[in-house]
Amino acid sequence: MKKEGKKNAILWQLFKATFTLSAFTFGGGFVIVSLMKKKFVEELGWLDEEEMLDITAIAQSSPGPIPINASVILGYRMSGIVGALVAVIGTALPPMFIISLIAVFYTQFRENAIIATALQVMRAGVAAVIFDVVINLAKNVCKTKRMLYIGLMIIAFIATYIFGVSAMLVILTCLAIGIIDLFIDLRKKEVDV
Amino acid sequence: MIFKLFLSFLQVGLFSVGGGYAAIPLIQYQIVEVHKLMTLAEFTDLITIAEMTPGPISINSATFVGTRLAGIPGAIICTLGCILPAFCICLTLAYFYYKYRKFSGVQIVLSALRPAVVALIASAALSILCLALFGVNESSIVLSEIRWIELGLFAGGLYLLRRYKVNAIAIIFGSGVIGTILYAFI
Repeated sequence: MKKEGKKNAILWQLFKATFTLSAFTFGGGFVIVSLMKKKFVEELGWLDEEEMLDITAIAQSSPGPIPINASVILGYRMSGIVGALVAVIGTALPPMFIISLIAVFYTQFRENAIIATALQVMRAGVAAVIFDVVINLAKNVCKTKRMLYIGLMIIAFIATYIFGVSAMLVILTCLAIGIIDLFIDLRKKEVDV
Repeated sequence: MIFKLFLSFLQVGLFSVGGGYAAIPLIQYQIVEVHKLMTLAEFTDLITIAEMTPGPISINSATFVGTRLAGIPGAIICTLGCILPAFCICLTLAYFYYKYRKFSGVQIVLSALRPAVVALIASAALSILCLALFGVNESSIVLSEIRWIELGLFAGGLYLLRRYKVNAIAIIFGSGVIGTILYAFI
């Protein structure tokens, strides 16, 4: 009985968290991933940071909207298939609700100056939140003190931001580098033994 | 027709790898060109709205198209079509990830992947900052056209987050309220 209650509490938390995050994320998949990191890693302590980054990489490389993908994996991690379902519903409901309203009041919405301003200034807040997350993440990469990782981060940033290389290509390249790194590591160990 | 919509968005969900902006041309192809459910002008409006409002772009557009063409059931069917492939694929990937992630070999490979993800998030962060401060994307920035209100909100928000660990949603919502009031009086 008690176990059941605890499980339901986690599902409810999961739903509440994904619902609020989805209701406030403007501007693409990485925004919601930053917010998820803040909520699930820093606030609730459900996952560690590495896990959240792995989830991001998987969500980015599979088809479909990134926030949905990330919620599926996160929900699955917390309480299996039911968790995945709950997280996805939580993520999908707010945009569905907002957009169905807007689809009806479409012209009024588009011509309302106050709404336009509010949505525009909120981006500044969104930018502040992701910057905060990025600073923490970058610090932790630097803490590994491995030139390979710090170098990869810098090169990947230049490639995506300045040269517009696609996220998919960056992830695949780093995956390949990781595999090479693994083989070098394995060979070293063989020599040691 | 509802079934046709479902199939269209199923394809969008299945073939859009890499987030919202990758899905736009696919949705356009399905809705404007194949099924002629909307004109190109209507579609452009749809994208504007999908970008302005919270939530993933593809879900926003699926809901919008669905509501417009077949009311609330349409919205649900389109969104379902858009989510279904992602749900199945990610569930499978999640299963394998949690089964194998403890292996040290897998950890070594994933460790090389994480800095790249940090870089991707950083690059998204800079793009959004540019959009917030200049209203345009980075290729056409004019430094003298910086929006001071947004700059203040950004700096204030970041300070509150770093120094006092204020709740992220509160920062986003607060910047919306304060910014709108400031714009109304200036």
